[in-house]
This record gives sequence, C-alpha cells and structure tokens, in this order.
Amino acid sequence: MLKDITLGQYFPGTTSIHRMDPRMKLILTTAYIVVLFVAKGILSYMLLLAWLLTTVRLSRIKISVIFRGVRPLLFIISLTALLNMLYTPGRPALEFWILTITYEGIFVAIKMVSRIIMLITGTLLLTYTTSPIVLTDGLEQLLNPLKKLRVPVHELAMMMSIALRFIPTLIEEADKIINAQKARGADFETGSIFKRAKALIPLLVPLFISAFRRADELAIAMECRCYRGGEGRTSLRQLKYSSIDLKAMLFSVIVFTAVIVLRVLGI
Amino acid sequence: MGASEIILQGKDLSYRYESSPESDLALDGLNITVKRGELLAVLGHNGSGKSTLAKHFNAILLPTGGAMYVAGMDTSDEDMLYLVRQTVGMVFQNPDNQIVANVVEEDVAFAPENLGVETHEIRKRVDDALKAVGMYEYREHAPHRLSGGQKQRVAIAGVIAMMPECIVLDEPTAMLDPVGRNEVLKTIKKLNSERGITIVLITHHMEEAAICDRVVVMESGRIAADGTPKEVFAKVELMKSIDLAVPQTIELIYRLRKRGLDIPLDALSVEECAEAIMSSLSTVGGGSHVRNY
Ligand SMILES: Nc1ncnc2c1ncn2[C@@H]1O[C@H](COP(=O)(O)OP(=O)(O)OP(=O)(O)O)[C@@H](O)[C@H]1O
Ligand SMILES: [Mg+2]
Repeated sequence: MLKDITLGQYFPGTTSIHRMDPRMKLILTTAYIVVLFVAKGILSYMLLLAWLLTTVRLSRIKISVIFRGVRPLLFIISLTALLNMLYTPGRPALEFWILTITYEGIFVAIKMVSRIIMLITGTLLLTYTTSPIVLTDGLEQLLNPLKKLRVPVHELAMMMSIALRFIPTLIEEADKIINAQKARGADFETGSIFKRAKALIPLLVPLFISAFRRADELAIAMECRCYRGGEGRTSLRQLKYSSIDLKAMLFSVIVFTAVIVLRVLGI
Repeated sequence: MGASEIILQGKDLSYRYESSPESDLALDGLNITVKRGELLAVLGHNGSGKSTLAKHFNAILLPTGGAMYVAGMDTSDEDMLYLVRQTVGMVFQNPDNQIVANVVEEDVAFAPENLGVETHEIRKRVDDALKAVGMYEYREHAPHRLSGGQKQRVAIAGVIAMMPECIVLDEPTAMLDPVGRNEVLKTIKKLNSERGITIVLITHHMEEAAICDRVVVMESGRIAADGTPKEVFAKVELMKSIDLAVPQTIELIYRLRKRGLDIPLDALSVEECAEAIMSSLSTVGGGSHVRNY
C-alpha cells in the first residue's frame, strides 16, 4: 500500500523542456513566481497564462496529470476563494442571512484562485520534467556562490540526494514491518485517531532503529570510497547551457518584462 | 618474496573497541601477509574478528597495537589516508546501505568524483566498471529496483571505478539468494583472474572458501589456520574445535577414515571425492567386486 506513493513525481521524457538545463529551469520558474505576484491587470494574467500553457504544451505533460497534482490543494483553494468573496467590501452581488458576497469579492477570488493554480502548475512542471538528482545538481551549482558565506551548499545537496535515494528503501521496509505487525494482529486502520497513532509506535521504533543502522553503514561505505566533502569534487554529469536554454530565456524575458511594464503603467 | 609483491601486511595487529573491557581484544597480536593477485578467503565464526580485520585493511579502523601496511604505506599515516583507501576498496554485506545515488551510473561515479577525476575520465571508468561486473545495460536504472545480486554487483563496480589494487568483501553474499550469490562469486573470480585484482573474501560458506587460492581461519582475533583450501580443510579436528563445519566431501572422507579406510583428506569437489573413495575401495576390497558394481 505504501509502495504506491510516487515521490519526486518525475515523468521522464525527451521534450525540449525536459532537456533544458536545470539551472535555467530553476531560474525561470523563480522569475515566473515573482512576476506572478507582480501581475495585476487581466492582460498580465493572460500573458502569464500564455507562457504557462506554451510550456505545458512543449513538455507534453497531460492536463489531467497536472490536475491530479493540484487536486490535493483544492480544499484550500476553495476556502481562499470563499473567504475572499465574503470579506472583500464593495457592491453586494448576492445576499443571504448575514452573509454578503460582493462583486469586488468575486473578482478578487477569481484572481486569487488563478494565481494559486498558476503558481502550483508552474512548480509542478519543474518537478515533472526534471529528475530529482538533476534538480539537486542544478540547485547546488546555482547556490554555489553562497559557499563564500559559509552556507554548506554541497552538504545540503548531498543530504537531499541521499534522502531521495533512501525514500524507496525505507518505504519498502515500512511496508514489511506493517505486514509483519499485521500478521501478529496489529490494527492500523480502525479506531480513533489516538488509537491509530498509538498503533504506529511499533512501526516507527524498528524503522528508526534500522534507519540509524543504515546511516552508520552508509557513512562507512562513503568513507571507503574516499568521500571527504565537497572540496575538490568533480562530477560525472556536467551542466551545460544549450540553445534551448537561450530560446527559453529570451521568450520568458519578453513575457515577464511585458508584465512588469504593464504593472508600472498601471494597466 | 619481494616487498613489492606484498599488498597487505599486518604486523602484530591488536585492536580493542573502546566500549569493550580492557582484556577483550577484537584482534589479538595477529600477523597476516597478502600477496598481490591472491584470491584469499577469511573464515571464522561470529565474533572471531573478521570484520574488524577487514576494516584495518583500508584504514577505517587503526590498530591500537602493532602496524598495518597497505602497499608499503602505514595506514596510521594520515597523509596516506586517501591513497590507502584508493588502493583497497571495500564491499559490505548489505548492498542497500552502500549505494549512495539513485541512478546506477551516478553511484559508480561516486568514488572517482570524490577523487576529483576529470569528467570524461569518470565516464570511461564508470562504463568500464559497469561492463566488468556485467551491469552496463542497467546504467540508467534506479538501484532499488534491482535484485540483490545486481545491487551487490553495482556496489562492486562502485569500488572498481576507484581502480583499486585490492578489494575486500565482507560477507558480500550473506543477504543474497543462490542465484545472486553465484553472480557475485563469478564476478569476483573474474576480476581476480582477468584484472589481477587481489581479493579478500570474508565468508561463512565453506564452498566459497573452497574456490579461493588460500584460506585464512580466524578465531578470537587470531589466525588459527592458513594455507590452501585443501591444507586447511584437512585439519578437520581443528576446524571442529572452533565450531566451523568443513565441506561435506571432506566430512565424508573424514568419517570414512575414522572407520579405517585410507583415503587422502583432500577432495573438495564431489567428483574428486567420488574418485578418491572408488580408488581406495578398489585397493582395499578386491578390484573385481567394485568394478562390477
Ligand atoms: N562497534 C563495536 N563495538 C564494540 N565491540 C565490537 C564492535 N564491533 C565488533 N565488536 C566486537 O569485536 C569482536 C569481533 O567482531 P567482528 O565484527 O570483527 O566479528 P566478525 O568475525 O566479523 O563476526 P560476524 O561473523 O558476526 O560478522 C566481537 O567480539 C564483537 O562483539
Ligand atoms: Mg562481520
């Protein structure tokens, strides 16, 4: 049952979006998020939507897949929309009991909802088209300058990739322990939340103990293979910007600048 | 025997774990010499100090008494640490806990990356190492999807990419099924015969020890026997006294000898054993009877 969880949610592919340098993808996604918060008028939103839809189209990721990613957040999105509709002052559009929905509220709600959905879609697209390690690699290289400020960039990236490496192993192990406990009559699925949480203890204790043992062995194995931190380390894969990255950058710069100009002009 | 022929040399090695009592030595004045190109098995029951010894071979543990030399380098010399580790690679029992990356080729690249090898050279080493263990087709797979034997071969490739002169394997087959065990053993033999890599194979299986050139038996931090498999297994009484079983063929001949049959105690394979028994029977009990049978 635990095995069904997909993590990292990477969909391998060879589209131009997949082949982009992870650093460029990270930079553009970050810029997109910032610009999304700068955008004000309908025209700006349309522009950003066009950027997003172009990217989705190029990446060949199905809309249904993206919807599946957004779905877990549907409740929060609806709640945001509802609160915005109720609490924005202005001309009443609908009144019942003590609640009033205003025209301005509806407008703000639509704006908020599209902003959140566009934000999630943009970031999902990044993780859908970039494998976790490549992403970690890109992040490490982008943050490299922070090393001068003594930020342990390499160590953080290493931790992230080891975490990614061990998630499937630990899930498998948890599955085994759950089955072993179930065979002895443990019950994880019924009873109050409190009771169910208590039932998890016999799962978590062995899992923790084994995780510590694994960490110990892994540390020794890494030492045996001459690991000594990030200094002087080279890499099998070298990140290189290509013409795709240039095109993507130009396209995005034009769209993002337009949005900022519109904002400055107050449109 | 010239000094350059020796790859591992332990002189009066003693080691005591900090948490254990003063008198309880994991290694107790042990002497061992391993020549280049040897295929050596280390046997011993649980707690006899095999893993502790293995960890001295690449400076994971430093001797509390005596000295350990790897290709002439003293492992206690901190300046030599990475050279020592590069010379002697180590493979452990649980493949899951020694694979670092979540793509096979990335994992194999880990050691050369740490050593600061150039990118295109890393590529060459990774491809070569993966071919050497027969896992090249799996280079882009996720390790957790592989079988135990395949994972262990990836772990071996990860060590080969470091281009070591010697590989120490600490019970590499203990967690594998028979198929995985065979894969790993075949790989080890091939690395030894084709590349001349010195192999130290720590094992519990007599059959694995029997395929090696030399067997060292450990008992409470000391060496109890050392020689070719035939020489070592012929010491049946000694082996039994330290709770080790001998291969079944040897056991059979040993019992027949006790009943008065004069059969040399050196048959390891089933064929050898059958032949030895046949020929001894033909001399003892009148040829025609046996031959007709
Ligand atoms: N980390 C440790 N701390 C304290 N004592 C230890 C430690 N590791 C091993 N020992 C002790 O040192 C002795 C030798 O252990 P070692 O692990 O080398 O044996 P082994 O021959 O590898 O056994 P096994 O066949 O079980 O792997 C044992 O008595 C063991 O209890
Ligand atoms: Mg051991």
